[in-house]
This record gives sequence, structure tokens and C-alpha cells, in this order.
Amino acid sequence: MKAAPGSFASQGDIAAEIAAIAAEYQRTRGPVGQDVQPRLDYPPYRSSALRHPKHPLVSVDPEEVERCAPCFGHRDVDPLDADLTAGHPGEPIGERIILAGRVLDESGRPVAGQLIEIWQANAGGRYRHHLDQHPAPLDPNFRGAGRCLTGPDGTYRFLTIKPGPYPWRNHRNAWRPAHIHFSVFGTAFTQRLVTQMYFPGDPLFDLDPIFQSVVDRAARERLIARYEHDLTEPEYATGYRWDIVLSGARRTWTEL
Amino acid sequence: MTELACTPGQTVGPFFGLALPYPRGTGVVDDAHPEAVRLHGTVYDGAGQGVPDALVELWQPDGAGRIPRVSGSLRRDGAGFTGFGRAATDADGCYGFTTVTPGSARTPAAPFFAITVFARGLLNRLFTRAYLPDGDLDTDPLLASVDAGRRATLVCVAESASGRPIYRFDIHLQGPNETVFLAYRDDRR
Repeated sequence: MKAAPGSFASQGDIAAEIAAIAAEYQRTRGPVGQDVQPRLDYPPYRSSALRHPKHPLVSVDPEEVERCAPCFGHRDVDPLDADLTAGHPGEPIGERIILAGRVLDESGRPVAGQLIEIWQANAGGRYRHHLDQHPAPLDPNFRGAGRCLTGPDGTYRFLTIKPGPYPWRNHRNAWRPAHIHFSVFGTAFTQRLVTQMYFPGDPLFDLDPIFQSVVDRAARERLIARYEHDLTEPEYATGYRWDIVLSGARRTWTEL
Repeated sequence: MTELACTPGQTVGPFFGLALPYPRGTGVVDDAHPEAVRLHGTVYDGAGQGVPDALVELWQPDGAGRIPRVSGSLRRDGAGFTGFGRAATDADGCYGFTTVTPGSARTPAAPFFAITVFARGLLNRLFTRAYLPDGDLDTDPLLASVDAGRRATLVCVAESASGRPIYRFDIHLQGPNETVFLAYRDDRR
């Protein structure tokens, strides 16, 4: 991978840039703002420099096809796909976790029967991907990808291991907080979401330009799962809950 | 009604290849389908370089303008048109789908492929439309509202080929030909 411009910035330089943007946001928008999505133009994340549109997005009323979403079903997803610890001869190394929650729309209605896909690094912070050069061991018993369909009440549940933090080349000695990537479909094309879920209390939050690209604190904190003891399984796995709320779309299939 | 606060997006990152692409993801219909067409293009960054770690998703009606209600995109068995495809870009930033020409149930109509773009370095997904060049483009509310100089970024280029139609739709994340990307208004009908 080509080194991004600014590869030699220090963590201190990046943290100062993050703080300056946060302060400007506080000053102009107040403590609770409307900036609920990441800034596409976020200079501390160096790779965004040439990959963000400079024109504003053009507002449009969704057409019929955009008010609907692709359908997925039991033809697409095997129930075993939700267990990332399975499918190999042995158990993966790491802290076994149950990760569960609901997918809702902004009105609180469940998004039922829709596809969730996740991918993640292993416990040592290494992805099973040819571009990941982090010299941490691959785990022969962990691939790091899973899928499931939401239930009638919008619930999902994965069994996996807690991923480790890992280094990247945004700047010198840059580390990503531990996270799991989520890809989620709603009831409308307009609701498509790809995001990252983080773990509570991560010391890397303040240092990470991807997490901080959501400049509104309350919005950013919605990316953090919470530990939930009721989700744990005794002698087996700890539990985290993370609910996902999709923006846009006011209709459900039943109203079509 | 209580409004819940939505979950922000984040970049798809560099490692989505281990989870999102799937076998026959780019083949919305089989190559042998009598109405098969090709939709392809390149995703460019602001320096005009192809983006090798982008992901393009396609969603569309069938040839008659019907919205698919068929599952099975992830494990295609040829039974039914699902309308959904997913293509990772190659080392040069190129993507491509085999599909059918989207129809429209309306007249006049400007049918389009609905497109979502993800990439490392792109902090949230982008939506756009790839209109067919021979649609009734002048009647379309979006095209009418877009600056004339940028309208062409929303329209496929028909490439000449013997037999099968080929549509090229390049996606410029930034730069002089920056693609028009969309923000959907809430659907409150």
C-alpha cells in the first residue's frame, strides 16, 4: 500500500488536528449538534484527502426502486454463518464474546429478516487478508467473517472472539481501536449502512481519526457497544449489546 | 412518534475483501441470459488514479420495471432475478456487472441503475444513479435539478459492441468530473 501524504505526522500532530476540528465544531454548533455522520473531508484521516467529493450531496426524492431494498433470506445465509468461532478444526485464540442487538429504523420499528455481514481482525489484531502486513500471528482457527439475518423483532446475534487493536500507516505509530466492521441493509436502498462497532473504554478512541471523524460526541458514542452481563454465557463467553438505527425511509414492506 | 438517533457510518476500510465479495456477486444474470448487458466502469480518486480498494453495489428493477422481491443474491442458482450485485474494484479501479437493462413502469421514464460506492479513505458510503443514455432524460426531476455541466456524470455511456449492449459508468470521487452523489430526502409519503 502506498504511503499516504502525511505518513510521517506524529500521533501528537494528528491529535492536535482532531482537537482543532472538535473545538471548531463545539464553537459553531454547540455541544449537541446535527453532524451525525462522519465528515467525508476529514484531514486527520489522510486517505480521505483524495477520496471525498467536494461538491455538496444533491438532495433527491427517492424513486420507487430506492424506497425498496434487496431481499435476502435463508437461501443466502446459513445459521452457522453467525458463529465465527466454528468451521475450523480447533477453537480460535482469544476472548469469546456474544455480540447481539437489534436493527431498527428511526421510528423504532424493527428491521426484520435483513442481512448483516461482519468482519474483523483476530485476537492479535491481524486480518486474514493479503494486504494486512501487521506482524502478528494469523490464527488457523479464525477467518473473521460472519453473516446473519435479523429476526422478526430486528434482533441479531453473533458468536465471535474480541478483536485486537492493530497498527496502520495513517501516521507514525498509529493504532486503531479494536472494532468489528458491520454491513447492514434496511427496508429501503437509502438506508444502506456500513460502519464499525467499538468496545467500551478503549484507550485509543481519542487518538483515532476514523472514530473521531464523527465529530458529534453523542453520535460517535452510538458506535460503542455496551457490556451486558445478561448476554454472557456462564463459563463460556462474555456479552456485548449494540443496537443499530438506520436513517431514512418511513415505510415498511407491509405498507407498500 | 419518537425518533431514534441514527447510527453513523464508517469507512469500509481496506480489508472488506475477506467478507463482502462473494461468488457470482457481479453476475446479476448469467452470461448466457438472452438479455444480458454489461455495466462497467472505473472508480477514480481526486488525482485521477483508479481506486483499487473500492466496492460498488448495484440495485435495480428488472427489464419490465418491476422491483425484485427475490432472495438468493449471495447464493445464485439462476432462479429469479434478485436485482442486487456487488463488485470489488480490481488493481486499476475497474468494476463490472453482468445484468439486464433496468426498465420502468412509468412513461415517460428515465430508468437507472441505483449505485452505492464504498472505499478505503471514504468515510461513509455514497449513493448515485447511473441513468440509461436512451431514457427520457429531460423529464427526470433529478437530472433537471442538476447543474448542466455535471449532468453527464449521472448518465452511462453506451459503448458500441456487436450484439450485447455495454454501458460504461465511471465514478469520480473527486476532481473535475466529480460524480453527482445523492442525499435522499425522507420518504414520508
